[in-house]
Amino acid sequence: MNDPVWLMLIKGVAVFVVLVLLVLFTIWYERRVVAVMQVRPGPNRNGPFGLLQSLADGLKLAFKEDLMPRTADKVLFIAAPLIAVTCAFTAFAVIPMGPEVSVFGQETALQLADFEVSVLVILACSALGVYGIVLAGWSSGSAYSLLGALRAAAQVISYEIALGLAVLAVFFQSQLMSTGAIVEAQAEGVPLQFGGFELTLPGWYFLILAPSFVIFVIAMIGETNRAPFDLPEAESELVAGFGTEYSSLKYASFFLAEYVNMVTMSALCVTLFLGGWAAPFPNSWWPGANEGWMPLVWFFGKVLAFLFLYVWLRGTLPRLRYDQFMRLGWKVLVPLSLVWIMVLAAINLGVVAEETSVRIAFIGGALIAIVALIFFWPSRKPYEPPTEPDTGLGGFPVPPLDLVVPPSPRGLTEIDHGGNGTAAVGAADDGTGGREREPFSGNQASPRGKEE
Amino acid sequence: MIVDLAQSVGTGETVAFWILAPLALGGAIGLVLARSAIHAALMLALTMMCLAVFYIMQSAPFLGFVQIMVYTGAIMMLFLFVLMLFGRDSKDSMFETLRGQRFFAICLGIGLAALLASGLAHAVTGLTIAAGPPTVEGAGGESNVAAIAENLFTTYIFPFEVMSGVLTVAAVGALMFAHVARKGEARNQRQASRERFAPGNYPGPLPGPGVFATSDSTATPALLPDGTVEQQSLSEYVPPRQLTAAEAAPKKTEGRDER
Repeated sequence: MNDPVWLMLIKGVAVFVVLVLLVLFTIWYERRVVAVMQVRPGPNRNGPFGLLQSLADGLKLAFKEDLMPRTADKVLFIAAPLIAVTCAFTAFAVIPMGPEVSVFGQETALQLADFEVSVLVILACSALGVYGIVLAGWSSGSAYSLLGALRAAAQVISYEIALGLAVLAVFFQSQLMSTGAIVEAQAEGVPLQFGGFELTLPGWYFLILAPSFVIFVIAMIGETNRAPFDLPEAESELVAGFGTEYSSLKYASFFLAEYVNMVTMSALCVTLFLGGWAAPFPNSWWPGANEGWMPLVWFFGKVLAFLFLYVWLRGTLPRLRYDQFMRLGWKVLVPLSLVWIMVLAAINLGVVAEETSVRIAFIGGALIAIVALIFFWPSRKPYEPPTEPDTGLGGFPVPPLDLVVPPSPRGLTEIDHGGNGTAAVGAADDGTGGREREPFSGNQASPRGKEE
Repeated sequence: MIVDLAQSVGTGETVAFWILAPLALGGAIGLVLARSAIHAALMLALTMMCLAVFYIMQSAPFLGFVQIMVYTGAIMMLFLFVLMLFGRDSKDSMFETLRGQRFFAICLGIGLAALLASGLAHAVTGLTIAAGPPTVEGAGGESNVAAIAENLFTTYIFPFEVMSGVLTVAAVGALMFAHVARKGEARNQRQASRERFAPGNYPGPLPGPGVFATSDSTATPALLPDGTVEQQSLSEYVPPRQLTAAEAAPKKTEGRDER
């Protein structure tokens, strides 16, 4: 990674441009995909397929009035969107997008920066990016913003642990912490032998580390504040959460940061678990697929697939309640990750062990731990239907269980002529005897009456 | 001695040092001087981040990024979480509860600074610049992370385990303090429903306060269709009183002069 300065500048600008274009594309993509899922056209007016819609929206946002609440903490109110955007863009610098290529006669990897612990850069940036959200909420001086900020702080601390433990499994398996090296480590397949039948599985970690992959994907959606985990800006509860008081370019910055974070987290997931820029088929099919500029196609294809997953989840899942969300993080993802890390360590120790007995002890112990986890996983008590129907208290206004659906008003006259209608109405009346007693008159619930 | 050492570092490191060192010091001083707790916490975060960059500059990238992730990202975030609950306008009280506190604090502070400075001066005499970070043969070649791991899990395994034990005890202790036992049995859905529909209790939600163009206060009663006050919309905790003419008048919106 010893590029001349001009090449680093070109790469830096290229990363910035790619991210901004991807954000513009993702906003349009999200709106179109959600529209297709909801059987409506979506934005289709500006440009081909409505592709310029997000550009138009962005321009419009920039020209809106920039408001600052009187109670705002001025410095932090301006600094918060800057922090969010800076951290979001910085993280993408260590994502490898392709192998060595030749740029103006200079051999270089398609990656802005790489060093021994470059995965940690992304985790550190996402940890710092939350400062933007939290400070935005606090400095706005409004209750909704503050609640959004509190939620963001709690959410990120909780889900960062699960995310870190999932990444730890990759560190365990590859014994590397550099993004470029992890991608190269996944290039080698895992040979399997079933009695003479040989099969080479791809070395991508989502197969070997399947539990970590699932945990990572869940935690990364929590970490990027996206539906169904978008509690810091839950519009049905907190107006716009941390962004309630923001407008114009400052609001656009948060929007930009959120989408850049989505792209970065998708790219990190692709890098760690899905072989990075490697082609999604065996090397023998197309020997040149992993050389030159071609890997850019595979890389961005995989990233777009993850962005589709984000949109898909948003289009299908309702937002979690806050306690459900915290329970998922602390009581499911973190313990699962911890047990899985121990199992993985035991299996890795068992595989390299010299003696057969040690090997059996480690691997067997790991398998027993897995079985015990599945067996003793706390499950909900199954619902027992009551043996006799609930008759309720006296005057308990429950609809009768043998309630007959009242006839449609449109068909009423016809039924009356036939004489069936009276029978149906009579049956319904029999069940609702309690209703006629009028159990509640309106007067008793006055504030004074409640104390008595 | 130190001057010689300082002259032997590279240009890039020198430039970074002279940018970051004032920032780190400014953060430390700002932490003490800031009146708002959140500002103090942010100043501390700034100092921590500068220290992290110093680590990275001195060929300890793992240490630097872990410092950012753990201290700045997690621990300071927890601090902020607690501080934000205090309310925005809470400021440090400058009222002295102990007589002469400020004078003794300054004396002791100067004494501590002198002690630290002399200790530091002793420690840095005879220092030389290492050729590079300590490395150990790891999976991906010579690795600094592997060297840290080897030290941590061989030489310093006992302090490491003691620290983890102490932290676990602290966390469990905090949970014990914060835990509040539930009073009585948990009500299930049937009991809750029965209580709600029991005779004498109004099962529906109470009517909301009245919202008019002139007032959106929770103390405003809702009006029934015939214009009388809906009694249930009155809060039991807000005492009824007559508004003065000034209070009842429409409030001005900020920033615009009305007429």
